[in-house]
Amino acid sequence: MSLLKIRNLSVTFATSTGPFRAVDKVDVDVDKGQILAIVGESGSGKSVSMLATMGLLPWTATVTADEMSFDGQDLRTLSGKARRRLIGNDLAMIFQEPMSSLNPCFSVGFQIREALRKHTSMDRKQRHARCVELFEMVGIPSPEQRLKAYPHQLSGGMNQRVMIAMAIACKPRLLIADEPTTALDVTIQAQILDLLTGLQKETGMGLILITHDMGVVAETAERVAVQYAGQKVEDQTVTDLFATPHHPYTAALLAALPERATEKHLPTIPGVVPGQHDRPVGCLFSPRCQFADDRCRAIEPPVQPDALGRALCHYPLNAPAEAQAQ
Amino acid sequence: MLKFFLSRLGTFIPTFFGVTLISFAFIRVLPGDPIIVMAGERGMSQERYEALRAQYGFDQPIWKQFWDYFTGILQGDLGNSFVTNRPVWDEFFSLFPATLELSICAIIIATCLGLPAGVIAAVYRGKFLDRFFMSTALIGYSMPIFWWALLLIIVFSGNLGWTPVSGRIGLLYFFEDTTGFMLIDSLLSGQSGAFRSAVSHLILPSIVLATIPLAVIARQTRSAMLEVLSEDYIRTARAKGLSPERVNGVHALRNAMIPVITVIGLSVGTLLAGAILTETIFSWPGIGKWMVDSIFRRDYPVVQGGLLMIAVIVMIVNLLVDLTYGLINPKIRSR
Repeated sequence: MSLLKIRNLSVTFATSTGPFRAVDKVDVDVDKGQILAIVGESGSGKSVSMLATMGLLPWTATVTADEMSFDGQDLRTLSGKARRRLIGNDLAMIFQEPMSSLNPCFSVGFQIREALRKHTSMDRKQRHARCVELFEMVGIPSPEQRLKAYPHQLSGGMNQRVMIAMAIACKPRLLIADEPTTALDVTIQAQILDLLTGLQKETGMGLILITHDMGVVAETAERVAVQYAGQKVEDQTVTDLFATPHHPYTAALLAALPERATEKHLPTIPGVVPGQHDRPVGCLFSPRCQFADDRCRAIEPPVQPDALGRALCHYPLNAPAEAQAQ
Repeated sequence: MLKFFLSRLGTFIPTFFGVTLISFAFIRVLPGDPIIVMAGERGMSQERYEALRAQYGFDQPIWKQFWDYFTGILQGDLGNSFVTNRPVWDEFFSLFPATLELSICAIIIATCLGLPAGVIAAVYRGKFLDRFFMSTALIGYSMPIFWWALLLIIVFSGNLGWTPVSGRIGLLYFFEDTTGFMLIDSLLSGQSGAFRSAVSHLILPSIVLATIPLAVIARQTRSAMLEVLSEDYIRTARAKGLSPERVNGVHALRNAMIPVITVIGLSVGTLLAGAILTETIFSWPGIGKWMVDSIFRRDYPVVQGGLLMIAVIVMIVNLLVDLTYGLINPKIRSR
């Protein structure tokens, strides 16, 4: 049974210029102990779909889904109180900007102990011991002193380690990491990724890694979901995705990786992700797709079967003719 | 922390010097001669006039007058009032507790109501409570204070008869000034009903004086909270599963307190500087009324000394405000 199962998730924001659909009929599946990467450009709705799962979207957002369950618990009908018992405990999340994600007014130790006090029955001494243990797990040296430090006294990488320690404090079964390395130095990025995958193996939790870095995906994930303009356009295992991408967008993303370049100039994807007011009819990727024809520009594409990576495309690439849905 | 304190203290000295200079110059710029005012309607002879000028040192060059004044201050001598001939220092401290008592009550009312109102308005932004609190605050802020005071007196003292109209305590009670604070003294006196009387005298002036700071604090709290609520660390706090009360009341409010403390500090400054209108309307024997009277009498030492004392008190309040910044947000301390 999957740990997190989401069907047909849509998120619409009420804006001053009318409704804006940030996430459009997205499915997410994560099994116990699995690492899922969600990849896409900025504005593809990766973070929003996960914030919707956590229930952390602002009040301007409307979330609809056919199914949204965590370990069999329906997240849609959960009361605020029941949700707060779940998040931070079984379901945890870390964010992109470690420096601004920690409260400047409280010591990092206080902020971790707060999560423990909320979700566990540990006493003061046990909470402190757990904090020291967590800091050792995430590789923060001299934990006793560091626990007393304030976020501004630590580096970005250290703060992200603190965030990770905070997220795993209550032994979550699923950790959502929203671009955990984007704001960090390249040398630190690798360390944080190693830390996350190491912790995942150690604790057996599920891990959703939101990223726009295909290199990160290749190194860490087991499954990959590619999102474009709020839609999931492809969903495959990592090896299959890199070997035989089925959606033209995935193929174009892979072709743009420097490691895969065969020519002097890196190939790029012309154009930008459509915004609120320039959403095309038919396939959302059609204006930027080199294979698009009139059908793509008029009719919304179908979801292809599993064998074709559930690609959201009229003409999936690398497809044997008989496998294709019409 | 000590370094922070000393650096703030360092800015004290030039400010102090500037204030003595300004207060000295201010009263001399005003038209009118203190000696003529002293003489009253009868007038005086030219010889007597010259003798008095010499006695008070007005025949000296202006820099010499300032020098005498400034060296006097450094020795703790603010001079004597022309009118009562008592030291300005003594006069100030016999009146200051009344103002301080009123200001403290007003700021407590303003903070205790303004802070929660601002937090609630921010949390329910755009909803009924937000609009209700903020429009009430705007009305309170824009209402002429003398009119508001008279309205309260008419309703609560006149029509309902719940509170006295003026003064600090009922005429039935008499006791020694021990601290100068009527609430404390009335308790110490042990006379039954004295404390009640002191409280009932304090209620209306405190409400009137609290009105504008209350409105400012509520609006400032709301805007600071709105800014903080969109911060990443608030999302982190919510992601931990903390209750909305804890997220808003602990994580958000603590960060929003910096600008709020600033306006509270500034309000305390203006309140202590003498709530002139409120003190006049309620016949409250505080420094505001004293200062205004002294300006009309051209009582140079009182105006100079009073301004200086008020300025020093405002500076001390600001210093305390600066120190609390560091306590609330350690990031500020390290700068």
